[in-house]
Amino acid sequence: MSVSTPPAASVRLDRLERIWKESPGLLGWLTTVDHKRIGILYFFTSLFFFGAGGVEALLIRTQLIGPNQSTLDPATFNEMMSTHGTTMIFFFVVPMSLGAFGNYLIPLMIGARDMAFPRLNALSYWIYLCAGTFLYVGVFSGNAPGAGWFNYVPLASKAYSPGPGIDFYALSLLFVGISTTLGAINAIVTIFKLRAPGMSLNRMPLFCFAFLAVSFALIFALPALSTALILLELERLLGFHFFIPAAGGAPILWQNLFWIFGHPEVYIIILPAFGIATSIIPTFVRRRMVAFPLVALAEILVAFLGFGVWAHHMFAVGLASATAIYFAAASLVIVIPSGIQLFAWITTIVTGTPRFKTPLLWIIGFIVLFILGGLSGVTFAAIPFDQQTTDTYYVVAHFHYVIFGAAVFPLLGGMYYWFPKVSGRMYYERWGQVSFWLTFVGTNITFFPMHILGLDGMPRRDYTYSPEMGWTGLNLIETLGAYLLALGLLSVFANLAVSLFRGERAGNDPWEGDTLEWSTTSPPPEYNYPVIPKVSSPYAMWDEEDREEDARNLERGRKTLEGGHETPASTAVDAEWDEILEMPSNSAWPPLVALAMTGVFAMVLLQQWVGAAIFVAILLATVGGFHLKEPEEA
Amino acid sequence: MLVVAGIVFLGAVAMLLVGWFRRGTPGLPFFGESERANTGLVIAFGIAIPLVVLIALFIVSDLYVLNKTDAPEVSSTALTVTVVGHQWWWEARYPAGGVVTANEIHIPARTPVNLVARSVDVIHSFWVPELNRKIDMIPGQSNRIELYAEEPGVYRGQCAEFCGLQHAHMAFEVHAEPRRDFERWLSANGRPAHRATGALARQGQRYFMEDGCAACHTIAGTGAEGTVGPSLTHLAGRETIAADTLPNTPADLFRWIQNPQSVKPGAKMPGLGLGPRKFHAIVAYLTELE
Repeated sequence: MSVSTPPAASVRLDRLERIWKESPGLLGWLTTVDHKRIGILYFFTSLFFFGAGGVEALLIRTQLIGPNQSTLDPATFNEMMSTHGTTMIFFFVVPMSLGAFGNYLIPLMIGARDMAFPRLNALSYWIYLCAGTFLYVGVFSGNAPGAGWFNYVPLASKAYSPGPGIDFYALSLLFVGISTTLGAINAIVTIFKLRAPGMSLNRMPLFCFAFLAVSFALIFALPALSTALILLELERLLGFHFFIPAAGGAPILWQNLFWIFGHPEVYIIILPAFGIATSIIPTFVRRRMVAFPLVALAEILVAFLGFGVWAHHMFAVGLASATAIYFAAASLVIVIPSGIQLFAWITTIVTGTPRFKTPLLWIIGFIVLFILGGLSGVTFAAIPFDQQTTDTYYVVAHFHYVIFGAAVFPLLGGMYYWFPKVSGRMYYERWGQVSFWLTFVGTNITFFPMHILGLDGMPRRDYTYSPEMGWTGLNLIETLGAYLLALGLLSVFANLAVSLFRGERAGNDPWEGDTLEWSTTSPPPEYNYPVIPKVSSPYAMWDEEDREEDARNLERGRKTLEGGHETPASTAVDAEWDEILEMPSNSAWPPLVALAMTGVFAMVLLQQWVGAAIFVAILLATVGGFHLKEPEEA
Repeated sequence: MLVVAGIVFLGAVAMLLVGWFRRGTPGLPFFGESERANTGLVIAFGIAIPLVVLIALFIVSDLYVLNKTDAPEVSSTALTVTVVGHQWWWEARYPAGGVVTANEIHIPARTPVNLVARSVDVIHSFWVPELNRKIDMIPGQSNRIELYAEEPGVYRGQCAEFCGLQHAHMAFEVHAEPRRDFERWLSANGRPAHRATGALARQGQRYFMEDGCAACHTIAGTGAEGTVGPSLTHLAGRETIAADTLPNTPADLFRWIQNPQSVKPGAKMPGLGLGPRKFHAIVAYLTELE
């Protein structure tokens, strides 16, 4: 870039470089407030949890490779399947999509220099890391939770799960919920207030619509989970009786609270994937998305409707018919916005001129798996059918098609797509395609037979089965499929790891991409854009005159904000220039606050109330410090 | 449902294939590069067609079938059976005949039965796939469902809600019998247990009462009145033991009572360590409980 940069511009670039320079070395990473670095931290941390959850999955599949196996004893099997679900949902998919992809890409896509609250952003990462570590301290100390990821009471009550495993589960989820809430608030404010002036809402990329919808859904869904967890811990640690029927409690209360959170959570998991798909497709089929306003509306509608369907997880609990029928109807309605998006993607691909590069392959794989998972999902709205298939492997097949197929495939496609932007290097294309096919075939071999086993009556969460049931062959196939799937995933990450050091230089825009991030260098500088970009459509990168105007502005020093650590704020809807924000620089307070919070949760777990009070005091002190300015900012 | 799903899936995959074959050509076949046609396609396939299919599915399954398989009206059936879930076995009560048994539910064929599902500990789910939908057994709550067997026969059922360590070994059998056989079974099972006759069995009965078994199990007509484990009053008449985990043969019975934890790790029944002599005697006693 510097070769063709005129002298006036290069002086400005140097100045911005100096202003935005972060502390070097390890200390820099610990105190960073740069959304890109935080995104990278989120990426590697959630990748670690993906690995942990994957090992747990392989152990489960190995136990089920044949009838009456004893790779895992019943207690360990239950712990592995509980930890697998909890890890994958709370510590892999959500942090990977919102934390890694959202953090790294939202400011870039909207032409901002950072998130709205950089320090809060760092805090949500450190809380996430501490909460995940908290759960795994339990796992490695032999105290993994064993009551399933949805942790139904009374099985999860003290009487039936006396060990601290459930407390590790409940407290770590409460803990990570703080991180997710902070992240969601940050994303909403960033998307509403930090869009480059000119990027009115109708010019915002669909990716950001998806993340906006998810962030709102999280803010409304998480309190239900947190409430349930707090009630559970009051019961387990202090002897309250919210769920114990003998004392007037109701076990169903837990299920209602859990699924009021849990079903929106499904869309929280999948919407970022939709956002990634709507970023990758236009680039590789070289045309704009079909029916843009319908798709934007559908993304928001899915997040909204997701709140009205929770009891379809509970059709067998003995609901009144009228209640069940309402929830079935609501669940059917949610098919419509999903259908809109699905056919918008397909039509865009059909009418475009697609280049079948690795990222697009993952998206097409995602579309195929999402149709299958969606179709099996529709069947749950048929109450009699649901009451046959619920709690069987048919459900396991369904939600792995949706969560692994439809949510994780786009994440993997997105890793390939944005790898050149983040690392500055290209991955190996042929290797990428092979890794896709291995994973795609492995996914179907692992999860498709589960439909058949479920319809044949195999219950989920059984640690073993008898040879007389006739389930042996399909289980063997599934387990072999799981090994193949693991191989496919390993080849994805091996490709990216080798490419990180040996890949060809990527340049700014290897794909002729559609959104703003492709206009800056790869990797982007700390300040993202030397000039606040001009935006006149959701496909800003394809508006060549705008990009030429940015280059002229850099030369003339217009919209460069090189007077300090600054980024512009604009109005929420029309994105008119509002004010200039002063951004914070490196701070040690976020990790300190997170550590103090860990102390509080650890003391609560150990029921050391004095210790907990001390850590609350420390926490308040660090939160006070968090609000101080750093010396260089004063 | 499968056919409709198949059509939707193949249709969508066919569209993707069209995209692959026309990868060099922009626009739709027949319609060309018209954004109106594109949006129309999204509305037709994404909104209009799903609406029709979903409404049909809703009417058939959630209004018609649901109503047909719903729980019977209170006291509209000739027979009510209460099944109570325990970790990890099933207690069946017949209020009519005063019968209490476990893990093997007898019903008359071609007769609607009102099944009441309850639990004493955690949530279980009563599920006989061939006879009806599943219904959760929730402590503090009574759920009802209709059980109707068109043909006499043995139908396997199992727990469908994760209930802890031995969720995998919590199964049972429903025996649907001609009306007269059922009446005979009901009256036989309403009587107290047979008295031990053989010498070994009489010893077994003594060990049963004195060495701990009776603390948890009931054998009607004897001093054994425990309620933690299943009633054994007519155990020998049942085809399986340990919630459909082992066949009810003397050898398997011996294996089970001698070391329950090796058969069902985590089960509430302890190995009493009484030694082979006493266990053989107890087995002899139990096999007499027709």
